[in-house]
Amino acid sequence: MIDTIVIPLLKIAVLVNGVLVAVTFTVLMERKVIAWAQSRLGPMRVGPYGILQAIVDPIKLILKEDITPAKADKWMFTLAPILSLVPALVVFAVVPFGGDELFYVTDINVGLLFIIAVTSIGVYGIILAGWASNSKYPLLASLRASAQLISYEIAVTMTLVSVILTAGTLSMIGIVEAQQEAGFWFFFVQPVAFVLVLIGGLAETNRAPFDMPEAEQELTGGFHTEYSGMRFSMFFLAEYANMLVISAVVVVLFWGGWLRPFPNVAALSFLDFIPSWVWFFGKMFGFLYLFIWIRATLPRYRYDQLMRLGWKILIPIAIGNIVVTAVVKVLL
Amino acid sequence: MTTAPSPMFDTDELVINMGPQHPSTHGVLRLVLKLDGEKVKDVDVVMGYVHRGIEKLSENRDWTQIILLTDRMDYVAAATNNLGYCETVEKLMEIEVPRRARYIRTILAELQRIASHCLWLGTHAMDIGAMTVFLYAFRERELILDLFEEYCGARLTYNSMRVGGLPLDIPTGWDEKVRAFCDVMEAKVPEYEELLTNNRIWLERTRGIGVISAEDAIGLGLCGPPLRGSAVYRDVRKDEPYAAYDEFDFEVPLGTRGDTYDRYLIRLEEFRQSIRIIRQALDGLPEGPVMGKVPRLLKPKAGETYHAIESPKGELGYFIVSDGRATNPYRFRVRPPSFCNLQGLRPLVIGHLVADVVALIGTIDVVLGEVDR
Repeated sequence: MIDTIVIPLLKIAVLVNGVLVAVTFTVLMERKVIAWAQSRLGPMRVGPYGILQAIVDPIKLILKEDITPAKADKWMFTLAPILSLVPALVVFAVVPFGGDELFYVTDINVGLLFIIAVTSIGVYGIILAGWASNSKYPLLASLRASAQLISYEIAVTMTLVSVILTAGTLSMIGIVEAQQEAGFWFFFVQPVAFVLVLIGGLAETNRAPFDMPEAEQELTGGFHTEYSGMRFSMFFLAEYANMLVISAVVVVLFWGGWLRPFPNVAALSFLDFIPSWVWFFGKMFGFLYLFIWIRATLPRYRYDQLMRLGWKILIPIAIGNIVVTAVVKVLL
Repeated sequence: MTTAPSPMFDTDELVINMGPQHPSTHGVLRLVLKLDGEKVKDVDVVMGYVHRGIEKLSENRDWTQIILLTDRMDYVAAATNNLGYCETVEKLMEIEVPRRARYIRTILAELQRIASHCLWLGTHAMDIGAMTVFLYAFRERELILDLFEEYCGARLTYNSMRVGGLPLDIPTGWDEKVRAFCDVMEAKVPEYEELLTNNRIWLERTRGIGVISAEDAIGLGLCGPPLRGSAVYRDVRKDEPYAAYDEFDFEVPLGTRGDTYDRYLIRLEEFRQSIRIIRQALDGLPEGPVMGKVPRLLKPKAGETYHAIESPKGELGYFIVSDGRATNPYRFRVRPPSFCNLQGLRPLVIGHLVADVVALIGTIDVVLGEVDR
């Protein structure tokens, strides 16, 4: 009873709250890092160095008036942000944050497939938001978004196949354990796959330079133009939660999850005093920083260029990578 | 059997209203876009939202008061507007401007060109999604505003020139600060270039976008960087030198393909050429008064004149008619470069995608205060 219900529920409660708090601090981090990149200070007023901004922002958003446009489809309009946020939170159930059983909610044998499946649901949120707003800009943006997400979904999923081939399992924990057995992170055997997942991940989370769906300069905010208050912030939370998801997935698949570098080399065992979750969150933090750094640096792709990149470059490379991986696997 | 289109599969143009409250139309420009999917089939450019009647207003102000109104046209290049107006009146009244005043005017105009181009670069890059360049460019623009503040006390609308010269000589040490700024700016331009010039995404977003041939550019009456981008050699500073430009050595950058990328390169090169001009002007800054011999009451004899200068956006011309009796112009007319370049927007935009529209608004560099006046 305690093992099957109470502890998982407690874990879920901690996880959901943890993710949401992490998201607010990711927003703060993004504001700070971009500010530093642009020789500004960023938020400085609330709390020391603006740290409490992470708490004040959500409070402000909750207190804002929540407007539903008169011509909007009310049900869909309400459903859309929920559909976007919930999948982003659900996938954390299978992410192992540390080596111990304490650090993951569950280990299912199709963990990676579960992540791919659930994150795809998030697309519906965006399509519905654009459709239900009954407004032209959001509609254009949601059409872009759905096309973009679906095509990059293909590229990323194809790429993941080669990782699955290397690891021989779909379980997230199994993948990390496979890296422990192999003695090296999969980044060293699948660098191409890593780059593809990273690019595809940027596109799937609508991050710069692939942030067309919310291209504020062209489409005045994109699919969430008509949203305000908490419902707007749910999209916002979803975007950043997806960022965390992609970072976590990349860390698990390519950077050894909670493992230290070269986990079988005894010479590095002095690093073992660092707990496994510190390794995990450290790596995740690194990728979040990378995402923010990219946003501060690059201009935005145009919609057709983005589709061309997805279909003509990423997908063929992904397929080639599967073939090469399979051949190597058979030969060895 | 007639083949009436099924109502289910009927296709229709999507009409989108971009502006006047839109983050990327640089002010209150309104574009009515007719879209086929994301492709622009036609566009109506609607303007006039900040029309203040500056031309008509000027016909009821005396000659000195008009300088203040010219500030409000191209409000990101106020000193250039002042310069164009003052020189036109000087030409009408045949007033000799002291050499020192002409040098300082050149320095001010070139500083203003850098400031205006900074604003252009920032917003243009921002429209294409590169947000860091925006803040970098504004950081340098801030330094120029500080210099202007020290010179004339204002940061945006300077009212910095008078008919016959300048109201003030430069403050002590100001020239050294300008020199220091030139060094800073020279170091910063490569910083912008590093972020954009060879960036693959930037190249894909600007190369081949909004191509306009030299004949079309001339036919549309384009001026300034959009004209030079199409490899037409036309720069008022060289062709009909004013202020002290005939005494300085500088180059006029030309494009080759006439696309957005060429126009971008030209303006970046103009940063360097402006720095070069400012340095030469500071080196050769003559001594002497800054105000010429001007009658206490400005009352030009009857006549008309047209005088153009090269503003950051293109050829800024003033046409003034005096009836010789009043202390105000009989007719006051501005040839605003932004307005003329805006003519080019429609042919540039048609056939491109929505995402390119904002890039093209950026590349022609319009200021709506000047378009509408």
